Amino acid sequence: MKEIMVRAIYCEMLGYEASFSYIHAIKLAQQGSVLEKRVGYLAVSLFLHESHDLLLLLVNTVLKDLQSTNLIEVCMALTVVSQIFPKDMIPAVLPLVEDKLTHSKEIIRRKAVLALYKFYLIAPNQVQHIHDKFRKALCDKDPGVMTASLHIYLKLIKESPESYKDLTDSFVTILKQVVGGKLPVDFNYHSVPAPWLQMQLLRILALLGKEDQRTSEMMYEVLDESLRRAEINHNITYAILYECLKTIYTIHPKSELLEKAAKCIGKFVLSPKINLKYLGLKALTYVVQQDPNLALQHQMTIIECLDHSDPIIKRETLELLYRITNGQNVSVIVEKMLDFLRLSKDEYTTIDLVGKVAELAEKYPFPYNSWFIQTMNAIFSIGGDVMQPDIPNNFLRLLAEGFDSDEEDRQLRLLAVDSYLSLLECDTSGLPQRFLQVISWVLGEFSFLKEGLEPADVVERLGKLLDDDAITTETRCWVLAAMSKLCGSSDALCKAEKVAHKYTSCLDTALRQQAVELELLGRDVDLRTRVLPQHGFCVWLQVDSSLSFLDGFVSDALARGAAPYKPPHQRQEELSQEKILNFEPYGLSLPVSLSACSLTDRQSPTALSLSSSLSNLLKLEGVKRVWGKQGYLPEKQATEEALAQEPSSIFAPSHQQACSESQQTTFSTIVEQDQEKRQLASSLFVGLGSQNLGKPEASSSQRFRRKVRPEDPSDVNRSLAVSSSFSHSSSALDVLLDNAIPDPTNLSDSTSEAVPAVGNTEVVEASEVSSLSGGSGPLAQPSSQVERGLESDLPSRLPATLVGLLRSDVEELCSGESLSLSACKVFDADALVLAIFLSNISDSSIQEVSCLISSEQLKVPEMCSTFSVLSFYLNVVVSLYRLVMEAPGTQAIVRGSVSCASQATQSFSLTLSLVDFIRPLPLTTEEYGKMWLSFSHDVKQNLMLLKHEEEDQLEAALTALKEKLCLHIVDVIGAEGIMACQLVSGRPCLLHCHTHGGMLAIWLRSPIADLPDCLLYHCQKAIQER
Amino acid sequence: IICCPPPLQMQFMLLFSRQGKLRLQKWYVPLSDKEKKKITRELVQTVLARKPKMCSFLEWRDLKIVYKRYASLYFCCAIEDQDNELITLEIIHRYVELLDKYFGSVCELDIIFNFEKAYFILDEFLLGGEAQETSKKNVLKAIEQADLLQEVRLGGGDLHGI
Repeated sequence: MKEIMVRAIYCEMLGYEASFSYIHAIKLAQQGSVLEKRVGYLAVSLFLHESHDLLLLLVNTVLKDLQSTNLIEVCMALTVVSQIFPKDMIPAVLPLVEDKLTHSKEIIRRKAVLALYKFYLIAPNQVQHIHDKFRKALCDKDPGVMTASLHIYLKLIKESPESYKDLTDSFVTILKQVVGGKLPVDFNYHSVPAPWLQMQLLRILALLGKEDQRTSEMMYEVLDESLRRAEINHNITYAILYECLKTIYTIHPKSELLEKAAKCIGKFVLSPKINLKYLGLKALTYVVQQDPNLALQHQMTIIECLDHSDPIIKRETLELLYRITNGQNVSVIVEKMLDFLRLSKDEYTTIDLVGKVAELAEKYPFPYNSWFIQTMNAIFSIGGDVMQPDIPNNFLRLLAEGFDSDEEDRQLRLLAVDSYLSLLECDTSGLPQRFLQVISWVLGEFSFLKEGLEPADVVERLGKLLDDDAITTETRCWVLAAMSKLCGSSDALCKAEKVAHKYTSCLDTALRQQAVELELLGRDVDLRTRVLPQHGFCVWLQVDSSLSFLDGFVSDALARGAAPYKPPHQRQEELSQEKILNFEPYGLSLPVSLSACSLTDRQSPTALSLSSSLSNLLKLEGVKRVWGKQGYLPEKQATEEALAQEPSSIFAPSHQQACSESQQTTFSTIVEQDQEKRQLASSLFVGLGSQNLGKPEASSSQRFRRKVRPEDPSDVNRSLAVSSSFSHSSSALDVLLDNAIPDPTNLSDSTSEAVPAVGNTEVVEASEVSSLSGGSGPLAQPSSQVERGLESDLPSRLPATLVGLLRSDVEELCSGESLSLSACKVFDADALVLAIFLSNISDSSIQEVSCLISSEQLKVPEMCSTFSVLSFYLNVVVSLYRLVMEAPGTQAIVRGSVSCASQATQSFSLTLSLVDFIRPLPLTTEEYGKMWLSFSHDVKQNLMLLKHEEEDQLEAALTALKEKLCLHIVDVIGAEGIMACQLVSGRPCLLHCHTHGGMLAIWLRSPIADLPDCLLYHCQKAIQER
Repeated sequence: IICCPPPLQMQFMLLFSRQGKLRLQKWYVPLSDKEKKKITRELVQTVLARKPKMCSFLEWRDLKIVYKRYASLYFCCAIEDQDNELITLEIIHRYVELLDKYFGSVCELDIIFNFEKAYFILDEFLLGGEAQETSKKNVLKAIEQADLLQEVRLGGGDLHGI
């Protein structure tokens, strides 16, 4: 069998189909002896690809072999796992592979790390919880394992360099050791220590040091060392040098290093070895944007390379020239490029280069108009039909829209017309279709510019084009369209009609339409001048791209019960979801006991019998409109909103009523916003609409006014709409000034009184004197004591609307000479409110304090809170931000900065977990059952429950999840429990837990794509930390 | 067609003879058979047409091809444009060294008759398009161990779960 399999592999390689042997390859891997297994696995990895159906049959074998005590079997299984493994099956092997990270043999550890790397590439969310273990692998005592872990880090750092800055030091140290020759000699390659490892590290450093001076400074020394060490004249040292150069030019520049690097580039470029020369050119291309002088230094070499016999060298030189093009040299460089293009046969090169030439020709103010037209003609005839379609489009737009001066425009168009007329006189059979289309459009629009040219003449020449059989229907349409523009004189009309008549019975609808249009327009002169005015090329057409005129139709249909529109990708997704097989063993599968409440599942065969009873329940119309296939639909139109509240809708859970109120308020703003958007789109001026309530300018000016006239009620009302607000010292200031030195015991009273005075807004007073406990005045108080006093009662400064809510402890963010920042998270029902307390810890006033926060992962209200004065006796202000996580992620980083007039900007960052955005979702078991079925995204995983001795493992696990993640426990039935939660605001996620033999099988479902994955990660953490 | 490969990964590796006969192929990106055949045909033609003094690198579609000839065999790798061509050349060289050491002055016939061995060595050296183990000794040790098929059993539980 083994021999036969080897032969089958050989057949496949020779190009013969041997798919009949695939199943035997899997069998061989499954049943054979170790030797046979090896060939079986090899055949599988060569025959199959990741999404091949047969691969599923391999999963069990892999599982078995991973648990084998035979090292070689484990190795083989790990090798095949890191080459091809179906994404859906990763959870099945993940725990086993994870275990192998602590294996005693380094080869197993190394392969396990690479397998995890592979998993990370195809399903990043599933391995999120083992990032710590990657760190352990990085510190592994075996250099091979450490090298393998660098693959993962390179990828991770590429995605978010910020999160791994702390590792810079380790990477630099490792590189230092490698360069210094501290690794075992085994890893040397031609007496260069571990070149692959060095390069990997250099790449990582480049990513870390990019645009970051502080981090870059840490690596200057080791980079210098690497440059110095790489002296042996061998390819491998050049490879490292090249990587070094790239790193040096990517990170924050240091002149000394750059100088050395420039010298190195010289070594490459001047080398007689052609490979090195090529790489030198590539390096030059990379660095020349930063330092154009380098190109000057190697001027002569570049010129030589331009005439090199090897086209690849020429090509790279052109790439370099493209980067250094400017207004003066553009015509020469374009000429060179066109020369190359004329010789090149390769389609990809042509597409790429033609695009570049066109870009250059349009970008630079060309020396003279005829040059531009000629260049574009060359592009069209060379690029032909393979080039990007936007090149001719841009060219025509350029001609139509024109430039600043009318005379210039006229000349350019005339030149184009002239050159095209002369082209049409010659043989046109070789011209690409695109070019012919451009020609006919230009002649149709602009041939009137040429004096003494009869339209009939042009029509005739265009007509000749149509005689060619090779011409496509599309081009014919363009020609006919051009003709219809030219039918001004009766002579031309007569000729055009004759041509068009041939096509009025043509089978191609587009062509036929064009021909009939021409005939009709020819008969009706008025209509023609209206439809095709002579200067029609620069009239802006207004198109309602949002198709708003159909809105009424849509809402009517929705009101009549039509299903809401689903974009194609979603339909596709649902379709594939339905087709998917159930890979879980039946025992673990869906809650049979829960079937009483119709929590069945299409994937679970055990529950199939119940599906009939289920379908009855699913027919509830009212339910469908609120809970579509993709789950809760908060964005749906008003009609639905109304329906959702009809008494007939049996599915109106309490939580929904709670949020429907807030939705209705937002609904009116949505309509406003829509109109606003349309207006904005139609006008070119994209200004700040009133929906951008949080814009810095608007709110800060408001603030100033409020400061002057704190009693103005209209201002306060307006600030109601500002979603993120802050408190400041308005009316309390008056109170305080009146009282001069207030009694500390009165302070809380004065605050609570002040709140209703401003109205039930989020703008609340938080200014009070807390340090004036003694009669001696603030100056006598040591500032540290002041601060400590503040820490404890900071939360009391939160606005009254937030007082009753759950909140986290106050956490200090950063502290400068005079300002100290603390933050507190308040878990509001529909958002996470981040309260930032700015405390003045100095003994003088601070002017112009402003606080700005931003986050990549969150929707942050774009506003900058500014406080004009933060005086020493009014020493705390609160800035509130309502944060909502739009796209689920396991965590989100909020960055912020505080600046004030007298002091340097202080910046801080705060990591928020997904859990901060999770709220319990109160549901009944029945509601849960229905929702479960309608959600399309799900994730399953088995978690180890460590505490075996516990009496009721399920309850303990559920309690832990409930406490850590704020979940709502819907029901517990036997060994199964169901829970529900929502991501603020209103995006549900359902959990189903099932314990068996020390394992907790968690199954999550949600209408939001990444939510189950991310939440699972936190569930794992919660269970582990328990 | 090549769907979002990870950063700087090798796309595929081909070994073919001077006559254009394919001797070994390893694909690190999922492609259809038809596509593979087309690529192979195109590449073999292009590479064989090149003169010996020419550059070892080629631009092909949006990829870079790095090739080197050893005796009658061409080793040919496809990498991404931003990758380092020179190190790929050295990867090829290291692979040849490994083959050489394993077979003892390797020739084309060795690879024809023992091509599964050549695959095993490649899998031990490159995994999923990334250099896995760069120490020559370690690679060969792993291969020899597997060849000998000694049942390297771990005793009891003493080495487990450290």
